[in-house]
Amino acid sequence: MLALFLRDIRLNIRAGGGALTGVIFFLAVIATIPFGVGPDLRLLARIGPAILWIGALLSCLLGLDRLFQADREDGSLDLLVLGNDRHMLALTVLTKCLAHWAGSVLPLVIAAPLLGLFMNMEPLAIGATALTLLVGTPAITFIGAAGAAVAVALPRGGLLISVLVLPLTIPVLIFGVSASYGATANPDPFLQPFLILAALTLFLAVLGPVSAALALRHGTD
Amino acid sequence: MRLIAENLGGERGGDTVFSDIGFALQDGQALVVTGPNGSGKSTLLRVIAGLLPVAEGSVRIEGGGEAFPSIASACHYLGHHNAMKTALSVAENLRFWRDFNGTGHVGVEAALDMVGLGSIGHLPFGYLSTGQRRRAAIAKLLVSHRPLWLLDEPTAGLDKASEGRFAALMTRHCGAGGMIVAATHLPLGLDGAKELRMGG
Repeated sequence: MLALFLRDIRLNIRAGGGALTGVIFFLAVIATIPFGVGPDLRLLARIGPAILWIGALLSCLLGLDRLFQADREDGSLDLLVLGNDRHMLALTVLTKCLAHWAGSVLPLVIAAPLLGLFMNMEPLAIGATALTLLVGTPAITFIGAAGAAVAVALPRGGLLISVLVLPLTIPVLIFGVSASYGATANPDPFLQPFLILAALTLFLAVLGPVSAALALRHGTD
Repeated sequence: MRLIAENLGGERGGDTVFSDIGFALQDGQALVVTGPNGSGKSTLLRVIAGLLPVAEGSVRIEGGGEAFPSIASACHYLGHHNAMKTALSVAENLRFWRDFNGTGHVGVEAALDMVGLGSIGHLPFGYLSTGQRRRAAIAKLLVSHRPLWLLDEPTAGLDKASEGRFAALMTRHCGAGGMIVAATHLPLGLDGAKELRMGG
């Protein structure tokens, strides 16, 4: 499993892996918002956490279609499925998800504080948003894995995956944003939505890989 | 260990590709599957491996013990694709598959030497020619031990010398008690292999 994790990380970093495309897309989305919204600094600070979350969510969806498709094209996926007796396929998928998250999504979380400055956010709000992103984005990857597994045989499945996955990520977005606001706006609670966000991630860490494994097992042809 | 298929049938997209295939392989035996294009050779191999559902009949492995309870766990499947990443070096690819598949057998360097790629393990897989890629994929069969090899057109793209080397590797595998099921158009140079003709 460690070998698979390291291989996927390595592929992500090497040429053509697309580790940086997500970050650049994230940067592009966030950088255009102040131009669109106008120079009202207080408004920017208020919508900042929500915009960061939406930007991160969309950037997460960007690279998901390659999660299994690259392995399918070169035949690796067959061998990963055949390895089911030694490494349960759901665990293989979980490992691939974690590698994808560490390679493509973690850079977004690291870039988020910097982009928060663009939105004139306070340090506390920036910290809270980065923390909720750190806890919440794995959930998006896990749901995305199920979508990617369903669409693995489709040559241009990227958009389909986004459409399939987006409705399911809405709860993650809602609790992520409300926890970020809870840290700064006084009457709103921080801990409750944050804990629900963490629970969502843990829940989807099981459900996503298991359903993705099921789809992959029946998708071999 | 025995591989037994009885009345085996396979289908693709709802159409029956072949039916009523039966064979039994013992330790050290090889089966060469021949037949025209579209007669279901590749489908048969994928059904045996368990990548496609069995439409009728059964295929099973006996005497695999705890290490190889099912065909999937006992087989190396070499399909049309080489299952190697072009961005990684040949040695990195092999090292990954050895670690993932477990039950290490021949070392990576030694396996590359055995297929005649000893000097280019450091090159990215994407830089290799078709024949060299196939040889690297064959080296993948050597780095972890599996008693059953399922080979789909294993010699596609290989030159004469490599074909000979691969025949020797297959003979050695059978000599050590392994089993081979190979779908091919070209003679593989396997002495004493059973033959299964498909389609007509």
